[in-house]
Amino acid sequence: MSLLKINDLRVAIEGKEILKGINLEINPGEVHAIMGPNGSGKSTLASALAGRDNFNITHGSVQYLDEDLLDMSPEERAKKGMFLGFQYPVEIPGVSMVNFLKTALNEKRKYNNLPPISASDFLKIMREKKELVEIHSNLTNRSVNEGFSGGEKKKNEIFQMAMLEPRLAILDETDSGLDIDALKIVANGVNKLRTKDNATIVITHYQRLLDYIIPDFVHVLYKGRIVKSSGKELAMELEEKGYDWLKEEVV
Amino acid sequence: METTNTLSELSHQLVDLFTENSELIEKESTDYMNSFRTKALEDFNKFGLPTKKQEAYRYTNLETYFKGEYFPVLSPENFSLNLTDIFKCDIPELDTYVVLVLNGFYYNKNIYHYLPEEVTITGLAQASKNQNGVFNKHYGKYADTSLDGLAALNTLFAQDGVYIHIPKGVELEKPIQIINICYSFKNLRITHRNLIVAEDNSKVNVVVCDHTLCDKSYLSNSVTEIYAGENSYIAYNKIQNENIKSTQLSNTFIHQEANSHVTSNTISLHGGLIRNNVYVTLNAPGCENNTYGLFFADDHQHIANYAEIRHMQPHCHSDQLFKGILDDEATGTFNGKIYVAKDAQKTEAYQRNNNILLSKTAKMNSKPQLEIYADDVKCSHGATMGQLDNDALFYLRTRGINEKEARHLLMYAFANEVISITNVPHLKERIIELVDKRLRGELSRCNNCTIGCT
Ligand SMILES: Nc1ncnc2c1ncn2[C@@H]1O[C@H](COP(=O)(O)OP(=O)(O)OP(=O)(O)O)[C@@H](O)[C@H]1O
Ligand SMILES: [Mg+2]
Repeated sequence: MSLLKINDLRVAIEGKEILKGINLEINPGEVHAIMGPNGSGKSTLASALAGRDNFNITHGSVQYLDEDLLDMSPEERAKKGMFLGFQYPVEIPGVSMVNFLKTALNEKRKYNNLPPISASDFLKIMREKKELVEIHSNLTNRSVNEGFSGGEKKKNEIFQMAMLEPRLAILDETDSGLDIDALKIVANGVNKLRTKDNATIVITHYQRLLDYIIPDFVHVLYKGRIVKSSGKELAMELEEKGYDWLKEEVV
Repeated sequence: METTNTLSELSHQLVDLFTENSELIEKESTDYMNSFRTKALEDFNKFGLPTKKQEAYRYTNLETYFKGEYFPVLSPENFSLNLTDIFKCDIPELDTYVVLVLNGFYYNKNIYHYLPEEVTITGLAQASKNQNGVFNKHYGKYADTSLDGLAALNTLFAQDGVYIHIPKGVELEKPIQIINICYSFKNLRITHRNLIVAEDNSKVNVVVCDHTLCDKSYLSNSVTEIYAGENSYIAYNKIQNENIKSTQLSNTFIHQEANSHVTSNTISLHGGLIRNNVYVTLNAPGCENNTYGLFFADDHQHIANYAEIRHMQPHCHSDQLFKGILDDEATGTFNGKIYVAKDAQKTEAYQRNNNILLSKTAKMNSKPQLEIYADDVKCSHGATMGQLDNDALFYLRTRGINEKEARHLLMYAFANEVISITNVPHLKERIIELVDKRLRGELSRCNNCTIGCT
């Protein structure tokens, strides 16, 4: 059974078609990289999969664990193991990280018929996961993303992913804005969380990240379509040649 | 009483009501208190109930507040209320001196254990009779009857309420908790009159909880005068939690002397019609004043907040922060005035009003008023009307937090800025709990009350 199966997905925003027929299948254990020029629709695809509601899905279907994904609310998708690491994580003043994480964790537990987590267990898990992504500062004592540096925000996404242990993680440019050490930490975190049952989609502009998170497939999204899919060597080729040769190929 | 009366007709009726009952009203009061009625009557005859022509009342139509039939409470009633029942309304864990006020009259069985003997907490009528000089020095000095018709009306009918006196140098650590209770078998018109005097270098925390214990309509018009002596510290927290049929007009007059620090925070959890007036006079240099408010309104509730900070002397700092969440057909207004006198140089005066409108039909009017005659002044004001942040909502939902809970988190976060200001520890927790309940729609009146009313 595939984890995710996207079938001819078309998405319009404010009347403009952004995704023009996406096909993609992801199996447990796989890492897929999606690359592509600015504005090609990568984040749109990620948000559509996570359930952003101001998008108009005009055509196609998405199966997630053999269920109709498009029928589910964002929270339902999350509870079923989907995770979106935002390209631009949102600052939420007044909502503390701790309260936020505890609520998220407990919602998921409730969904799985588990009782709310005890305070001590929660602190323990939080400590563990903080170590995993090497967050040492007291970021968790603050409001969600409020005043976090660009890199801290990205680390915080991976931290949340570690806390929530998703089946399918979609990481939208989690590498941009990270210094080289942070990049290694983030990649390392992702690798440690890999199992044979879960899968990851990494959206990135840089081959660099893919040196650390080795993808099974690399796809190029261009003007709302996946125009090329191949193994990890494609990333290298893109790094060298840019996207122009592909554009020609498509035309 | 007709329900379609104009304000001037209503004002005449109120004057008649006073004239007809003046003997009863004046009987229990001292000559000194009664002497204020003469001026109040004059002022009220002249100005009547405030109309929309008055800047401060531009968005508030008092006709809607005063319509309806009420039975005026002109003398204390004898209730066989069981105190322990009422104490369940008390804030758990919060150790306070509890002052009960029933339908505007001080409950004469209030007992204060371990109250330092130099501190006085008593009924206003009693205080006026005690003739200790403090009462006469302060009563009626700050609630200017020519400034606000509601103050004139209150002074006209004022009989009782709470009197608190903290003498020089006394720091009262334990908060004083005034519980105003409306309890009756008919609709009541209630008048409260309170006086809080904190002399030089004193400190006091006052918490006021307003409750309606019955399902009747109440129209209350209260005046609280607060005097903050030199270098004194006063925290005044008011929590309004009344039934949907209640109308509350709350007028607070704060007078500050040099280097005093006063924070007032009015949390309007629930009510029918609410109008809160806070008038602050910074009468000497070095004062700090914080005037805060947090309000929630849904259904057809209406909440109006008016704050006026008068900087009369240099080097004072004032901060106004009012935040509100409105839903359904609720309406609200905020009107914040900053007045800076010519000599009040080096004034810092700030004002902010943020509102969240959850429905398309909820309405909020917000208006700053600045009157600044000094030239060396730091002043800012700002108002926002918004919805819940959709991006934040989506972010929370992608973490598995359901929409309802996510909205709740965001609303709570919005309110928390005001709640977190409260520095009475257990009170803060209680407010958090009440706000939480309010946001979940589980609150319509004091949750711990067990008094059954029919
Ligand atoms: N809410 C929106 N309203 C209008 N247009 C939008 C909206 N969201 C995305 N778009 C448009 O859709 C197109 C695809 O945007 P998207 O963010 O998916 O690109 P991307 O591939 O993630 O780009 P980048 O590499 O810069 O992150 C862009 O032209 C963008 O302007
Ligand atoms: Mg993007």
